[in-house]
Amino acid sequence: MALLEIRQRTGYMLLAVILGHLVLISAQVTTPGSAGKSVLEAVTFGIFSEIQRAAANGFGGVRDAWEGYIALRGVQAENEVLRREVAGLRIRLQEEKAVAEQSLRLQRLLAMRERLPIATTAARVIAGDATSGFRTVTIDKGTADGLRVDMAVISPDGIVGRVIRAGVRAAMVQLLIDRDAGAGALIARSRAGGVVVGVEGDPPLRLDYVTNLADVRTGDVVVTSGNDRIYPKGVVVGRVEAAERGAGLYKSIKVRPAVDYGRLEEVLVVVGPPGGASIEGKE
Amino acid sequence: MKAARVMLAIAVALAMQTTLAGLTFGSRTALDLVLVVVVFTGLAYGPGAALFAGTVGGLAQDALAGRIIGVTGLAKSLVGFFSGVIGSQFIVTQPLPRFTVFMLATMAHEFCTRGLYALLAPGGFIFQWAPVLGQGIANGLVGIVAFQVVELLPGAVQRRRLGRGGIRPRVHE
Repeated sequence: MALLEIRQRTGYMLLAVILGHLVLISAQVTTPGSAGKSVLEAVTFGIFSEIQRAAANGFGGVRDAWEGYIALRGVQAENEVLRREVAGLRIRLQEEKAVAEQSLRLQRLLAMRERLPIATTAARVIAGDATSGFRTVTIDKGTADGLRVDMAVISPDGIVGRVIRAGVRAAMVQLLIDRDAGAGALIARSRAGGVVVGVEGDPPLRLDYVTNLADVRTGDVVVTSGNDRIYPKGVVVGRVEAAERGAGLYKSIKVRPAVDYGRLEEVLVVVGPPGGASIEGKE
Repeated sequence: MKAARVMLAIAVALAMQTTLAGLTFGSRTALDLVLVVVVFTGLAYGPGAALFAGTVGGLAQDALAGRIIGVTGLAKSLVGFFSGVIGSQFIVTQPLPRFTVFMLATMAHEFCTRGLYALLAPGGFIFQWAPVLGQGIANGLVGIVAFQVVELLPGAVQRRRLGRGGIRPRVHE
Protein backbone atom coordinates (compact mmCIF):
# COMPACT_ATOMS: atom_id res chain seq x y z
CA MET A 1 0.00 0.00 0.00
CA ALA A 2 2.77 2.36 0.99
CA LEU A 3 4.66 1.42 -2.18
CA LEU A 4 1.58 2.23 -4.24
CA GLU A 5 1.28 5.63 -2.60
CA ILE A 6 4.92 6.35 -3.24
CA ARG A 7 4.51 5.36 -6.87
CA GLN A 8 1.44 7.51 -7.19
CA ARG A 9 3.26 10.44 -5.63
CA THR A 10 6.20 9.92 -7.98
CA GLY A 11 3.83 9.70 -10.91
CA TYR A 12 2.24 13.02 -9.94
CA MET A 13 5.71 14.48 -9.61
CA LEU A 14 6.58 13.26 -13.12
CA LEU A 15 3.41 14.78 -14.47
CA ALA A 16 4.13 18.08 -12.76
CA VAL A 17 7.70 18.10 -14.03
CA ILE A 18 6.59 17.38 -17.60
CA LEU A 19 3.97 20.11 -17.46
CA GLY A 20 6.43 22.54 -15.95
CA HIS A 21 8.94 21.86 -18.69
CA LEU A 22 6.35 22.20 -21.40
CA VAL A 23 5.23 25.54 -20.03
CA LEU A 24 8.83 26.67 -19.76
CA ILE A 25 9.59 25.62 -23.32
CA SER A 26 6.45 27.11 -24.77
CA ALA A 27 7.24 30.42 -23.09
CA GLN A 28 10.39 30.66 -25.20
CA VAL A 29 9.24 29.29 -28.53
CA THR A 30 7.36 31.17 -31.21
CA THR A 31 5.36 29.63 -34.00
CA PRO A 32 4.93 30.88 -37.56
CA GLY A 33 2.03 33.29 -37.79
CA SER A 34 1.98 34.04 -34.09
CA ALA A 35 3.33 37.59 -34.67
CA GLY A 36 6.30 37.14 -32.36
CA LYS A 37 4.25 35.80 -29.49
CA SER A 38 5.53 32.76 -27.67
CA VAL A 39 3.59 29.52 -27.75
CA LEU A 40 2.78 30.04 -24.06
CA GLU A 41 1.35 33.46 -24.79
CA ALA A 42 -0.54 32.18 -27.81
CA VAL A 43 -1.93 29.16 -25.95
CA THR A 44 -2.71 31.22 -22.85
CA PHE A 45 -4.41 33.87 -24.94
CA GLY A 46 -6.29 31.23 -26.89
CA ILE A 47 -7.48 29.44 -23.75
CA PHE A 48 -8.42 32.64 -21.94
CA SER A 49 -10.14 34.05 -24.99
CA GLU A 50 -12.29 30.92 -25.11
CA ILE A 51 -12.99 31.27 -21.39
CA GLN A 52 -13.84 34.92 -21.93
CA ARG A 53 -16.06 33.99 -24.85
CA ALA A 54 -17.82 31.36 -22.76
CA ALA A 55 -18.17 33.81 -19.89
CA ALA A 56 -19.47 36.50 -22.21
CA ASN A 57 -21.96 34.06 -23.69
CA GLY A 58 -23.00 33.00 -20.21
CA PHE A 59 -23.37 36.53 -18.96
CA GLY A 60 -25.09 37.49 -22.21
CA GLY A 61 -27.56 34.66 -21.73
CA VAL A 62 -28.21 35.72 -18.15
CA ARG A 63 -28.60 39.34 -19.25
CA ASP A 64 -30.94 38.36 -22.06
CA ALA A 65 -32.96 36.25 -19.66
CA TRP A 66 -33.05 39.15 -17.22
CA GLU A 67 -34.03 41.69 -19.85
CA GLY A 68 -36.37 39.28 -21.61
CA TYR A 69 -38.22 37.86 -18.64
CA ILE A 70 -37.46 39.17 -15.19
CA ALA A 71 -37.22 42.82 -16.20
CA LEU A 72 -40.54 42.45 -18.00
CA ARG A 73 -42.28 43.16 -14.73
CA GLY A 74 -41.34 46.81 -15.22
CA VAL A 75 -42.13 46.60 -18.89
CA GLN A 76 -45.60 45.30 -18.09
CA ALA A 77 -46.42 48.44 -16.12
CA GLU A 78 -44.86 50.57 -18.85
CA ASN A 79 -46.83 48.62 -21.42
CA GLU A 80 -50.02 49.32 -19.53
CA VAL A 81 -49.27 53.04 -19.45
CA LEU A 82 -48.40 53.03 -23.14
CA ARG A 83 -51.55 51.07 -23.95
CA ARG A 84 -53.67 53.64 -22.14
CA GLU A 85 -51.79 56.38 -23.93
CA VAL A 86 -52.38 54.71 -27.29
CA ALA A 87 -56.07 54.32 -26.47
CA GLY A 88 -56.25 58.00 -25.56
CA LEU A 89 -54.46 58.97 -28.74
CA ARG A 90 -56.80 56.79 -30.78
CA ILE A 91 -59.80 58.49 -29.24
CA ARG A 92 -58.22 61.85 -29.88
CA LEU A 93 -57.47 60.86 -33.45
CA GLN A 94 -61.07 59.79 -33.92
CA GLU A 95 -62.22 63.10 -32.48
CA GLU A 96 -59.90 64.99 -34.79
CA LYS A 97 -61.09 62.91 -37.70
CA ALA A 98 -64.71 63.54 -36.76
CA VAL A 99 -64.05 67.25 -36.47
CA ALA A 100 -62.38 67.26 -39.87
CA GLU A 101 -65.25 65.32 -41.41
CA GLN A 102 -67.76 67.63 -39.75
CA SER A 103 -65.86 70.60 -41.05
CA LEU A 104 -65.98 69.13 -44.54
CA ARG A 105 -69.68 68.45 -44.29
CA LEU A 106 -70.38 71.93 -43.02
CA GLN A 107 -68.30 73.39 -45.84
CA ARG A 108 -70.36 71.45 -48.37
CA LEU A 109 -73.57 72.47 -46.60
CA LEU A 110 -72.53 76.10 -46.58
CA ALA A 111 -71.53 75.97 -50.21
CA MET A 112 -74.90 74.46 -51.12
CA ARG A 113 -76.76 77.03 -49.04
CA GLU A 114 -74.97 79.84 -50.79
CA ARG A 115 -75.78 78.38 -54.19
CA LEU A 116 -79.47 77.77 -53.48
CA PRO A 117 -81.93 80.51 -54.52
CA ILE A 118 -84.14 79.67 -51.57
CA ALA A 119 -83.84 80.55 -47.91
CA THR A 120 -82.53 77.70 -45.76
CA THR A 121 -81.32 77.20 -42.25
CA ALA A 122 -78.77 74.64 -41.15
CA ALA A 123 -79.65 72.16 -38.48
CA ARG A 124 -77.89 69.33 -36.74
CA VAL A 125 -79.35 65.88 -36.32
CA ILE A 126 -79.52 65.22 -32.60
CA ALA A 127 -81.46 61.99 -32.50
CA GLY A 128 -82.55 59.21 -34.76
CA ASP A 129 -85.36 56.74 -34.92
CA ALA A 130 -84.59 53.55 -36.61
CA THR A 131 -87.93 51.93 -35.93
CA SER A 132 -88.65 49.60 -38.74
CA GLY A 133 -90.98 51.22 -41.23
CA PHE A 134 -91.19 54.54 -39.44
CA ARG A 135 -87.97 56.40 -40.04
CA THR A 136 -87.53 59.83 -38.48
CA VAL A 137 -84.76 61.98 -37.07
CA THR A 138 -84.78 64.90 -34.68
CA ILE A 139 -82.97 68.12 -35.53
CA ASP A 140 -81.87 70.89 -33.19
CA LYS A 141 -83.93 73.68 -34.76
CA GLY A 142 -87.59 74.46 -34.05
CA THR A 143 -90.22 77.09 -34.36
CA ALA A 144 -87.94 79.55 -32.61
CA ASP A 145 -85.73 79.32 -35.69
CA GLY A 146 -88.62 79.73 -38.12
CA LEU A 147 -89.30 76.06 -38.74
CA ARG A 148 -92.79 74.84 -39.46
CA VAL A 149 -94.43 71.58 -40.37
CA ASP A 150 -94.05 70.41 -43.99
CA MET A 151 -90.84 72.29 -44.56
CA ALA A 152 -88.46 70.37 -46.79
CA VAL A 153 -85.18 69.08 -45.40
CA ILE A 154 -82.31 68.56 -47.78
CA SER A 155 -78.59 67.79 -47.65
CA PRO A 156 -75.74 68.31 -50.09
CA ASP A 157 -76.30 64.76 -51.35
CA GLY A 158 -79.99 65.14 -51.98
CA ILE A 159 -83.42 65.14 -50.43
CA VAL A 160 -83.76 64.06 -46.81
CA GLY A 161 -87.44 64.44 -45.89
CA ARG A 162 -89.88 66.92 -44.39
CA VAL A 163 -90.64 68.38 -40.98
CA ILE A 164 -93.61 66.58 -39.48
CA ARG A 165 -93.47 67.98 -35.97
CA ALA A 166 -91.98 71.28 -34.87
CA GLY A 167 -91.07 72.09 -31.29
CA VAL A 168 -89.67 75.37 -30.06
CA ARG A 169 -86.06 74.26 -30.15
CA ALA A 170 -86.25 70.97 -32.06
CA ALA A 171 -88.18 69.37 -34.85
CA MET A 172 -88.94 65.86 -36.06
CA VAL A 173 -88.15 65.10 -39.68
CA GLN A 174 -89.79 62.30 -41.58
CA LEU A 175 -87.22 60.74 -43.87
CA LEU A 176 -88.17 60.08 -47.46
CA ILE A 177 -87.50 56.38 -46.92
CA ASP A 178 -90.31 56.22 -44.32
CA ARG A 179 -93.08 53.99 -45.59
CA ASP A 180 -95.59 56.86 -45.19
CA ALA A 181 -93.38 59.39 -46.97
CA GLY A 182 -93.67 60.44 -50.56
CA ALA A 183 -92.54 63.14 -52.95
CA GLY A 184 -93.23 64.20 -56.49
CA ALA A 185 -90.34 63.08 -58.68
CA LEU A 186 -89.28 62.69 -62.25
CA ILE A 187 -86.54 61.09 -64.31
CA ALA A 188 -84.01 63.86 -64.96
CA ARG A 189 -83.10 62.54 -68.44
CA SER A 190 -86.55 61.72 -69.90
CA ARG A 191 -88.64 63.96 -67.62
CA ALA A 192 -91.02 61.07 -66.97
CA GLY A 193 -92.90 61.95 -63.79
CA GLY A 194 -94.17 59.91 -60.85
CA VAL A 195 -94.21 59.70 -57.09
CA VAL A 196 -91.28 58.41 -55.08
CA VAL A 197 -92.30 56.62 -51.89
CA GLY A 198 -90.53 54.88 -49.05
CA VAL A 199 -90.78 51.10 -48.86
CA GLU A 200 -89.50 48.40 -46.61
CA GLY A 201 -86.75 46.60 -48.40
CA ASP A 202 -83.66 47.23 -50.37
CA PRO A 203 -83.50 49.70 -52.01
CA PRO A 204 -85.81 51.66 -49.71
CA LEU A 205 -87.37 53.89 -52.42
CA ARG A 206 -89.79 53.15 -55.23
CA LEU A 207 -90.91 55.37 -58.06
CA ASP A 208 -94.61 54.85 -58.70
CA TYR A 209 -96.98 56.02 -61.35
CA VAL A 210 -94.56 56.06 -64.23
CA THR A 211 -96.29 54.68 -67.31
CA ASN A 212 -94.97 51.66 -69.10
CA LEU A 213 -94.45 53.82 -72.12
CA ALA A 214 -92.01 56.13 -70.35
CA ASP A 215 -88.30 55.94 -71.11
CA VAL A 216 -86.62 54.82 -67.90
CA ARG A 217 -83.25 53.14 -67.73
CA THR A 218 -81.16 51.76 -64.96
CA GLY A 219 -78.84 54.47 -63.64
CA ASP A 220 -81.16 57.36 -64.49
CA VAL A 221 -81.08 60.17 -61.93
CA VAL A 222 -84.35 60.83 -60.14
CA VAL A 223 -85.02 64.37 -58.94
CA THR A 224 -87.90 66.06 -57.18
CA SER A 225 -90.56 67.56 -59.46
CA GLY A 226 -91.86 70.24 -57.04
CA ASN A 227 -95.44 69.23 -57.73
CA ASP A 228 -96.07 68.29 -54.08
CA ARG A 229 -95.54 71.93 -53.00
CA ILE A 230 -93.21 70.75 -50.26
CA TYR A 231 -89.88 69.95 -51.86
CA PRO A 232 -88.08 72.38 -54.16
CA LYS A 233 -87.85 71.27 -57.72
CA GLY A 234 -84.68 69.58 -58.93
CA VAL A 235 -83.33 68.14 -55.67
CA VAL A 236 -81.64 64.77 -56.26
CA VAL A 237 -83.57 61.81 -54.89
CA GLY A 238 -81.40 58.96 -56.15
CA ARG A 239 -80.70 56.69 -59.11
CA VAL A 240 -82.83 54.06 -60.80
CA GLU A 241 -81.53 50.69 -59.76
CA ALA A 242 -84.07 48.58 -61.59
CA ALA A 243 -86.91 49.47 -64.01
CA GLU A 244 -89.31 46.77 -65.16
CA ARG A 245 -92.53 46.74 -67.06
CA GLY A 246 -95.37 46.46 -64.55
CA ALA A 247 -98.45 44.22 -64.69
CA GLY A 248 -100.78 47.24 -65.04
CA LEU A 249 -100.21 50.63 -66.55
CA TYR A 250 -97.15 51.59 -64.57
CA LYS A 251 -93.58 50.47 -64.39
CA SER A 252 -92.00 48.98 -61.32
CA ILE A 253 -88.99 51.16 -60.60
CA LYS A 254 -86.60 50.72 -57.69
CA VAL A 255 -84.59 53.77 -56.67
CA ARG A 256 -81.36 53.82 -54.69
CA PRO A 257 -81.39 57.02 -52.55
CA ALA A 258 -78.57 59.49 -52.99
CA VAL A 259 -78.50 60.30 -49.29
CA ASP A 260 -77.02 57.87 -46.80
CA TYR A 261 -79.78 58.11 -44.21
CA GLY A 262 -77.77 56.17 -41.71
CA ARG A 263 -75.13 58.88 -41.53
CA LEU A 264 -77.13 62.07 -41.45
CA GLU A 265 -75.57 64.71 -39.22
CA GLU A 266 -76.14 68.14 -40.70
CA VAL A 267 -79.05 69.16 -42.90
CA LEU A 268 -80.62 72.25 -44.42
CA VAL A 269 -84.23 73.12 -43.77
CA VAL A 270 -85.91 75.06 -46.56
CA VAL A 271 -87.54 77.93 -44.71
CA GLY A 272 -88.57 79.86 -47.79
CA PRO A 273 -91.81 79.50 -49.71
CA PRO A 274 -92.78 75.80 -49.56
CA GLY A 275 -93.37 75.27 -53.21
CA GLY A 276 -92.49 76.60 -56.58
CA ALA A 277 -88.80 77.12 -55.92
CA SER A 278 -86.42 75.27 -58.16
CA ILE A 279 -82.76 74.51 -57.65
CA GLU A 280 -82.43 72.44 -60.78
CA GLY A 281 -79.19 73.11 -62.53
CA LYS A 282 -77.77 75.09 -59.61
CA GLU A 283 -76.23 72.29 -57.53
CA MET B 1 21.08 14.60 2.60
CA LYS B 2 20.28 12.62 -0.49
CA ALA B 3 19.29 15.81 -2.32
CA ALA B 4 22.52 17.48 -1.28
CA ARG B 5 24.55 14.60 -2.57
CA VAL B 6 22.68 14.66 -5.87
CA MET B 7 23.16 18.44 -6.16
CA LEU B 8 26.87 18.08 -5.42
CA ALA B 9 27.22 15.32 -7.97
CA ILE B 10 25.48 17.39 -10.61
CA ALA B 11 27.64 20.38 -9.88
CA VAL B 12 30.79 18.30 -10.22
CA ALA B 13 29.47 16.71 -13.39
CA LEU B 14 28.66 20.09 -14.89
CA ALA B 15 32.09 21.40 -14.01
CA MET B 16 33.77 18.39 -15.57
CA GLN B 17 31.47 18.46 -18.57
CA THR B 18 32.46 22.02 -19.38
CA THR B 19 36.08 21.11 -18.92
CA LEU B 20 35.72 18.16 -21.27
CA ALA B 21 33.80 20.10 -23.87
CA GLY B 22 36.56 19.54 -26.41
CA LEU B 23 36.28 15.77 -26.16
CA THR B 24 33.96 14.71 -28.96
CA PHE B 25 32.96 11.61 -30.80
CA GLY B 26 31.97 12.43 -34.35
CA SER B 27 30.09 15.72 -34.13
CA ARG B 28 28.81 15.12 -30.62
CA THR B 29 30.17 15.29 -27.15
CA ALA B 30 31.62 11.92 -26.31
CA LEU B 31 30.38 12.05 -22.73
CA ASP B 32 27.31 13.39 -20.94
CA LEU B 33 28.37 13.32 -17.32
CA VAL B 34 25.15 14.98 -16.14
CA LEU B 35 23.21 12.17 -17.76
CA VAL B 36 25.48 9.67 -16.05
CA VAL B 37 24.71 11.31 -12.70
CA VAL B 38 20.98 11.27 -13.43
CA VAL B 39 20.91 7.59 -14.43
CA PHE B 40 23.15 6.75 -11.54
CA THR B 41 20.74 8.51 -9.18
CA GLY B 42 17.83 6.63 -10.69
CA LEU B 43 19.50 3.25 -10.26
CA ALA B 44 20.78 4.06 -6.77
CA TYR B 45 17.93 6.09 -5.23
CA GLY B 46 14.84 5.51 -7.31
CA PRO B 47 12.62 7.47 -9.74
CA GLY B 48 11.81 10.44 -7.46
CA ALA B 49 15.41 11.34 -6.84
CA ALA B 50 16.28 10.78 -10.50
CA LEU B 51 13.42 13.03 -11.54
CA PHE B 52 14.80 15.76 -9.33
CA ALA B 53 18.33 15.19 -10.60
CA GLY B 54 17.25 15.17 -14.22
CA THR B 55 15.25 18.38 -13.83
CA VAL B 56 18.01 20.29 -12.07
CA GLY B 57 20.83 18.95 -14.23
CA GLY B 58 18.98 19.38 -17.51
CA LEU B 59 17.82 22.91 -16.77
CA ALA B 60 21.35 23.84 -15.72
CA GLN B 61 22.74 22.41 -18.96
CA ASP B 62 20.17 24.29 -21.02
CA ALA B 63 20.90 27.50 -19.18
CA LEU B 64 24.65 27.13 -19.59
CA ALA B 65 24.40 26.13 -23.26
CA GLY B 66 22.13 29.05 -24.20
CA ARG B 67 19.54 26.79 -25.78
CA ILE B 68 15.81 26.62 -25.20
CA ILE B 69 15.55 26.10 -21.48
CA GLY B 70 13.58 23.01 -20.70
CA VAL B 71 14.33 20.72 -23.62
CA THR B 72 17.27 18.91 -22.04
CA GLY B 73 15.59 19.26 -18.66
CA LEU B 74 12.51 17.44 -19.88
CA ALA B 75 14.55 14.76 -21.64
CA LYS B 76 16.74 14.14 -18.61
CA SER B 77 13.76 14.16 -16.26
CA LEU B 78 12.04 11.46 -18.31
CA VAL B 79 15.19 9.39 -18.70
CA GLY B 80 16.02 9.69 -15.01
CA PHE B 81 12.51 8.76 -13.97
CA PHE B 82 12.37 5.65 -16.12
CA SER B 83 15.89 4.69 -15.10
CA GLY B 84 14.70 4.87 -11.53
CA VAL B 85 11.67 2.76 -12.36
CA ILE B 86 13.91 0.15 -13.98
CA GLY B 87 16.24 0.23 -11.00
CA SER B 88 13.39 -0.28 -8.59
CA GLN B 89 11.63 -2.97 -10.61
CA PHE B 90 14.58 -5.06 -11.71
CA ILE B 91 17.80 -6.23 -10.13
CA VAL B 92 20.36 -4.00 -11.74
CA THR B 93 23.46 -4.62 -9.68
CA GLN B 94 25.80 -6.22 -12.14
CA PRO B 95 28.00 -4.21 -14.50
CA LEU B 96 26.42 -5.50 -17.69
CA PRO B 97 22.81 -4.64 -16.81
CA ARG B 98 23.97 -1.27 -15.57
CA PHE B 99 25.89 -0.69 -18.78
CA THR B 100 22.78 -1.62 -20.74
CA VAL B 101 20.68 0.83 -18.76
CA PHE B 102 23.22 3.59 -19.36
CA MET B 103 23.27 2.76 -23.07
CA LEU B 104 19.50 2.75 -23.39
CA ALA B 105 19.19 5.89 -21.28
CA THR B 106 21.67 7.69 -23.50
CA MET B 107 19.78 6.71 -26.63
CA ALA B 108 16.42 7.61 -25.10
CA HIS B 109 17.79 10.96 -23.98
CA GLU B 110 19.11 11.72 -27.44
CA PHE B 111 15.86 10.59 -28.99
CA CYS B 112 13.83 12.85 -26.70
CA THR B 113 16.12 15.82 -27.21
CA ARG B 114 16.19 15.50 -31.00
CA GLY B 115 12.44 14.92 -31.08
CA LEU B 116 11.68 18.00 -29.02
CA TYR B 117 13.98 20.15 -31.13
CA ALA B 118 12.36 18.78 -34.27
CA LEU B 119 9.01 19.86 -32.89
CA LEU B 120 10.17 23.31 -31.88
CA ALA B 121 12.52 24.31 -34.67
CA PRO B 122 12.60 23.75 -38.42
CA GLY B 123 15.04 21.19 -39.73
CA GLY B 124 13.29 17.94 -39.01
CA PHE B 125 14.26 14.96 -36.89
CA ILE B 126 17.89 14.00 -37.27
CA PHE B 127 19.16 11.00 -35.39
CA GLN B 128 22.72 9.74 -36.02
CA TRP B 129 23.31 6.31 -34.59
CA ALA B 130 27.08 6.20 -34.52
CA PRO B 131 27.73 9.23 -32.30
CA VAL B 132 24.84 8.26 -30.05
CA LEU B 133 26.14 4.71 -29.67
CA GLY B 134 29.61 6.10 -28.99
CA GLN B 135 28.24 8.41 -26.33
CA GLY B 136 26.21 5.56 -24.89
CA ILE B 137 29.26 3.32 -24.59
CA ALA B 138 31.25 6.11 -22.99
CA ASN B 139 28.45 6.96 -20.57
CA GLY B 140 28.02 3.29 -19.74
CA LEU B 141 31.70 2.80 -18.99
CA VAL B 142 31.84 5.92 -16.85
CA GLY B 143 28.68 4.86 -15.06
CA ILE B 144 30.03 1.39 -14.28
CA VAL B 145 33.26 2.89 -13.01
CA ALA B 146 31.26 5.35 -10.91
CA PHE B 147 29.25 2.52 -9.37
CA GLN B 148 32.39 0.53 -8.66
CA VAL B 149 34.04 3.51 -7.04
CA VAL B 150 31.04 4.36 -4.91
CA GLU B 151 30.48 0.79 -3.86
CA LEU B 152 34.10 -0.20 -3.26
CA LEU B 153 35.53 3.04 -1.96
CA PRO B 154 34.10 2.88 1.61
CA GLY B 155 35.44 -0.68 2.12
CA ALA B 156 38.89 0.22 0.76
CA VAL B 157 39.12 3.25 3.03
CA GLN B 158 38.17 1.17 6.00
CA ARG B 159 40.79 -1.46 5.17
CA ARG B 160 43.38 1.25 4.80
CA ARG B 161 42.53 2.74 8.19
CA LEU B 162 42.68 -0.61 9.84
CA GLY B 163 46.05 -1.34 8.18
CA ARG B 164 47.56 1.87 9.59
CA GLY B 165 46.51 0.89 13.08
CA GLY B 166 48.39 -2.50 12.93
CA ILE B 167 45.29 -4.50 12.97
CA ARG B 168 44.91 -6.80 10.08
CA PRO B 169 41.48 -7.64 9.10
CA ARG B 170 40.58 -11.27 9.28
CA VAL B 171 40.72 -12.82 5.90
CA HIS B 172 38.84 -16.03 5.32
CA GLU B 173 40.61 -18.18 2.91
